[in-house]
Amino acid sequence: MLVAKVFRSTMAHAVIRAIDVSRARAQPGVYAVYTAEDIVGLIAKPFYGPAFHDQPILALGKVHHVGEPVAVVLAEDPHVAENALASIEVEYEPLPAVFDEIEAMNSKAVVHEVLKPAGTFPDLKHLSGKKNTNIALDFHLLRGDPQKAFKQADHVFEHYFKTQPVLHLPLEPFATVAVPTHTGLTLHTASQSPSFVRIEIARLLGWPENRVQVKVPYLGGGFGAKLYIKTEALASACALLAQRAVKLALSMEEQFYVITKHATTLRIKSAVTKEGQITARECEVWWNGGAFADIGPRVTQKSGFTAAGPYDIENVQIDSYALYTNLPPAGALRGFGIPQLVWAYESHTDMMARALKIDPLQMRRKNVLREGRPQATGTLMRDAALVPVLERLAQLMHWDEPFDHGSGTWRRGRGMAIGFKASIAPTTSMAIVVINADGSCQLQSSTVDMGQGSDTAMAQIVCEVLDIDMGVIKVVHPDTDVTPYDMATLGSRSTYHMGHAVKRAAEHARDQLAAMAVEFKLTLNEVSIADLFKRKYGMQAGNVVGVGSFIPAYTSPDAQGQTLQATPFWMIGATGVELEVDTETGQFRITQMINLVDVGNPINPEIVKTQISGAAIMQMGFTLSEKMDFDEGQVTNASLADYKIPGIRDLPQFMHNEAVSAFEQSGPFGAKGVGESGTFGVSPAIANAIDDAVGVRLTDLPLTAEAIFRGMRIHAGQPLQED
Amino acid sequence: MSQTERTIEIFLNDKPIRVTVGHHQTLIEVLQAQGLTGARESCAQGLCGCCTLKVNETLVSGCLFLAVLADGQRVQTIEANEQALDEVQQAFIECGAFQCGYCTPGFIMMVRALLDENPDPSDEDIGHYLSGNLCRCATYPEIIKAVQRAASVRRVPS
Repeated sequence: MLVAKVFRSTMAHAVIRAIDVSRARAQPGVYAVYTAEDIVGLIAKPFYGPAFHDQPILALGKVHHVGEPVAVVLAEDPHVAENALASIEVEYEPLPAVFDEIEAMNSKAVVHEVLKPAGTFPDLKHLSGKKNTNIALDFHLLRGDPQKAFKQADHVFEHYFKTQPVLHLPLEPFATVAVPTHTGLTLHTASQSPSFVRIEIARLLGWPENRVQVKVPYLGGGFGAKLYIKTEALASACALLAQRAVKLALSMEEQFYVITKHATTLRIKSAVTKEGQITARECEVWWNGGAFADIGPRVTQKSGFTAAGPYDIENVQIDSYALYTNLPPAGALRGFGIPQLVWAYESHTDMMARALKIDPLQMRRKNVLREGRPQATGTLMRDAALVPVLERLAQLMHWDEPFDHGSGTWRRGRGMAIGFKASIAPTTSMAIVVINADGSCQLQSSTVDMGQGSDTAMAQIVCEVLDIDMGVIKVVHPDTDVTPYDMATLGSRSTYHMGHAVKRAAEHARDQLAAMAVEFKLTLNEVSIADLFKRKYGMQAGNVVGVGSFIPAYTSPDAQGQTLQATPFWMIGATGVELEVDTETGQFRITQMINLVDVGNPINPEIVKTQISGAAIMQMGFTLSEKMDFDEGQVTNASLADYKIPGIRDLPQFMHNEAVSAFEQSGPFGAKGVGESGTFGVSPAIANAIDDAVGVRLTDLPLTAEAIFRGMRIHAGQPLQED
Repeated sequence: MSQTERTIEIFLNDKPIRVTVGHHQTLIEVLQAQGLTGARESCAQGLCGCCTLKVNETLVSGCLFLAVLADGQRVQTIEANEQALDEVQQAFIECGAFQCGYCTPGFIMMVRALLDENPDPSDEDIGHYLSGNLCRCATYPEIIKAVQRAASVRRVPS
């Protein structure tokens, strides 16, 4: 097997004048060195992406961000390949670069000369061929008459917020092994979307789907990083050019240049009565999408549905922009943009409540969307336990009891936040349940278990329908030769979408077994599955194959962003925090964190709790310590030494995670997804608690001791010199 | 064999093996070539604990430990005694102390060593000892529970 090592751009935006790989090719032990020129010989249009075909397999003509792959070295020894990278020479002609999402709106630096929508999403077609813009997608929603409401308002509040670039950082970095076969190509890859990988690689090669086989083992974490095409296209091209098996496994440092979470700037403005009723809201969101769209336009649109928050507001305007910049590409990270939005609207809720001298809980109670009410898109809230989640949080935090704000140099504060999310639709899931003649069975599904426990949940669903023991079921891992299509493992969709498909496949198998029993004038209660097969086939032989598919109802929003079917189900998450701030340093510790979600009826309550807890702690990292630092597009902290993720000593002193009692009428066994819900409320709950403790309002993430200290000094009329 | 290579003998999970390794190769690379993938390279800087191995009685980061230094030494990986789960592994399963499982071998190696040194650790002791092991799924609360459970099982004389 050959190992591939990638030569990456050192420029944020530049024309490639020349690439000299001759010295690298001459190194002993180097099997091959490829550039875009070689790729084009194999794949005439080597551009990929789920929303836009904007990402080249290797840089073609110009580079769009630091870290973009420009050339690749193949060798049997990884050290030989790595060393050869140093002798590749590239001559660049720098172009003006744009890094900030606001500047990108009107920048003279244009990341892509022409927009190239992939055609996968019909509502992006109008952008085809658009020139001289960095706006990959703009989503607009208008409900009622916000301008009129602002004119009539008792109070108007307007705030700006920012979120920083962070990344998924699964401990297992991206890895693909591509093996040319006599029928085509087999990929062993760490992917959350094997079906997409097969379709996209087949499209690039001009092959039918069945010539590409994609196999996915257990993943070492994903969180949205390992979606769509990451290392797969380059590994495939290398394997086909070399006609050898090729392994492309990235380092931790390289992960910082593959996919990130959108940095955002958010503006939010509300009209409020003196009693605290919100009558109008305007939201503008600018998403820093980096150099390639990835799934950013979808993040922009889907999260746009709920940007005004879980509140009953008659007049709403939302304008959301997906922007290209010369930073590494941004995609979906555990929440599909929702944590950024909740950060803004729940900070905003508390800021208004404080200004109006209304208790933050009362402010939320007064405005929260109740069951059956339309939210900003016009879609009704159904099986959305916003009120139960909010009330249970208040109860667990003893919100109505007096709170000790501390004394001396330590001050205490508490804060809460609640958010919601529309699930991803319309997306398809298929499943196959095979019953063997001894009564054992296997489930074939392309859902990827990356630690969220989907194998267990899906097996439980099959066992429940077939009334069989968990011990006799095997879950077949994604292998596109045998596991049928699934859109992807993302957006907390598997329990609901794949859960439905699996349930239907199991029911289909059960119905066939029941029909077999009827042939012998029996019911399934009177005969074992093994006996039934023996009667039918005279020996241990035969199979029953059940198939199931699911695609939820969905109606695309109209030009005003209005639709009656924005989502198959609502996800809800809330967090309550108590903390202590050291007023001499700004350092603080979280003494209590309570995370509550609405997951419908949990299929596996223990796994659900771990998902809530894991999501909340991860979001704590995005709130307190994680931030990618850039210098002219170059990441200056691309290592675990300089980019701090939560460790075992960073936990809140006390943590409670709970799914409220709820039921999703449209879900399999009343269930809905949970992977992201625990992230929603964390950041604003902490910021609200800091404000409650020391009167400092932070509007930029991450929330650092330094920022609090500076804020306290300003508050005390003694700002630090540079403030 | 070139001047940059050397043949070493290591007692790998109690079996002697001879391998020719480059001077620059780390122990983790050599183990991977042996098909032992339980210890994984993640950060490659000795910061995450995913590649934790035991060389003689000392826990090391396999991504930083040069293979030639293991010559003549006992090397233990998570694959040792694969036929039966010990009380630490059992406790991790019972407490659901992992999600993706990528970091788990490193944690198990560390927890065994912790309990050898300190049979009755407090949560603070556990946090201190495991602070060099990262879990991006953030299954830390469950890991702390698992360590406490394993410790209590170990303390009961069999």
